[in-house]
Amino acid sequence: MQSGTRMPAAKAAAAPTNQDFERVSVMDTMRERFASVTSRLLDEDPRLAAVLAEIGKDGFADAAQRHPERVVNVGIREQLLVGVGGGLALTGLRPIMHTFASFLVERPFEQVKLDFGHQGVGGVLVSAGGSYDWPSGGFTHMAPGDVGLLDTLEGWTVHVPGHPDEAEALLRHAAAAGDEKVYVRLSVQVNEAPRPVDGARFLTLREGRGGVVVAVGPMLDPVLAATEGLDVTVLYASTVRPFDAGTLRAATGAADAAEVVIVEPYLAGTSTRFATEALEDRPHRVLGLGVGRQELRRYGQLDEHLAGHGLDPHGLRERITGFLGR
Amino acid sequence: MTNAITNATTNATTNVMTNATADLSPSAHGPARIEPVRFDELPGLMSLMTGDEKHGPAATSTLDAVWVLYDRVLRVSPDSVSDPERDRFLLSKGHGPMAYYAVLAAKGFFPTDWLPGFGSYDSPLGHHPDRMLVPGAEIGSGSLGHGLPLAVGTALGLRAQGRPEPAVWVLIGDAELDEGSNHEALAYAGAAGLDRLHTLVIDNSSATHGWRGGIASRFQAAGWSATTVDGRDHQALYEAYSAPHPGRPHAVVARVEPKDA
Repeated sequence: MQSGTRMPAAKAAAAPTNQDFERVSVMDTMRERFASVTSRLLDEDPRLAAVLAEIGKDGFADAAQRHPERVVNVGIREQLLVGVGGGLALTGLRPIMHTFASFLVERPFEQVKLDFGHQGVGGVLVSAGGSYDWPSGGFTHMAPGDVGLLDTLEGWTVHVPGHPDEAEALLRHAAAAGDEKVYVRLSVQVNEAPRPVDGARFLTLREGRGGVVVAVGPMLDPVLAATEGLDVTVLYASTVRPFDAGTLRAATGAADAAEVVIVEPYLAGTSTRFATEALEDRPHRVLGLGVGRQELRRYGQLDEHLAGHGLDPHGLRERITGFLGR
Repeated sequence: MTNAITNATTNATTNVMTNATADLSPSAHGPARIEPVRFDELPGLMSLMTGDEKHGPAATSTLDAVWVLYDRVLRVSPDSVSDPERDRFLLSKGHGPMAYYAVLAAKGFFPTDWLPGFGSYDSPLGHHPDRMLVPGAEIGSGSLGHGLPLAVGTALGLRAQGRPEPAVWVLIGDAELDEGSNHEALAYAGAAGLDRLHTLVIDNSSATHGWRGGIASRFQAAGWSATTVDGRDHQALYEAYSAPHPGRPHAVVARVEPKDA
């Protein structure tokens, strides 16, 4: 079965660089797009500041020359990365903080909780690495729990682009979102084609009567392949918080029964609660698919991890049809 | 040095104490008292919170240092709490905030009749301060090790906006210095030469493992100007606060009685 994702080229187990994540095509990666777009936004909007902790600094070398006081690299100090962002926000700036998801959300989680939400200020967290973008780097660089962690906090918008063009649109959206708290989850796992995302609503890509499958970000292509020929509605979610309950309700209303499968590129079941809340006034069943909690203790490649968690088109089709009874 | 400007007139609007329930609205200020509150009146304000007539060294460890800052150094008043050019004081060691609240009330940031409600459900004055509730509080604190990184970001943000005047002060405790986040911040701040950043360390010997070689040496090794003074000596504190430190951040270690004395 055709894989819906593009993999990074095989590589030695060295420290990750943009070259590690380089794809076969000429299209830039989401991370490269992040650096180029944010560099331009820094030129345009004097309120923005980029905060880095070594990771990704090469992409900001030119921007740092032009804006030495609004491109800050604090060294390998992730508590400081987020704390500095909070301090910048206290003075009225809009910080854009970036590193791998595990070091941006998990390691300094209390800083995210207190230095933004509790202080009543906003900012943009932009992660790379996702759940297993660098599988040969092992579990230390995997963060399948990032969105689930942010779900314990109030008011975080979460964008999960599935394509570099979507990443650009959502990054621009996040930068311009006033004092909102926004998380943008970048990945090397991408879909073939970008969709016209608006930073809020789910898109309806297929309509059917036998259930609704919500594909989040880079899980779209595997879901489209897995549901080929099935009579199901496919929604595409590149913004998962706030959760677009209205579109999901409308989609289940058109189906025979409120049967929903959510396929997420992070921890399985992360959005299940939001779907059940959206459907609380009607009978419904929800299946949450995503990355399992079990640590695989495997290296290898991205496609192997997708298959390992049952998120390749074959595994998805089995579980989707099993759940929907088809 | 702009932070050496004596802030003699504080436009205090401190309330005459009443027995009335605290009214949380900002407009609830009673008749303004003309003469400024004196340092020796602060224990009385603290008593409104604690119910105790006397306070031990732990409760008052920050009292002199915070008072001298607000009375003689910081360019911030109740009228300028939203002014981007104001000096910032970040209380990082949010535990035991009675002395801080007493000083803020004395300087008119909120009415003294808020003080008796300290820690109650309807009071904005918690046992750890919340900047969203307390006029004049620059940060919410309580979890140790957040203030210095936030202060670094504040200093960077002011610099990036072309505001070289405001001084940024952060108060931490000697035991709070255990938290690794402080060491991330102080190492970076020294390297970045954040000369509008100031750290006030209240040293009441409460760190279980102590600081061999002294607290000031940590800052100096990271490129800070640092000095250690008697935390009860107002003139010494003032001089330490006002000492020039071109091109580098400045730390003042204020030593007071041991916590358990």
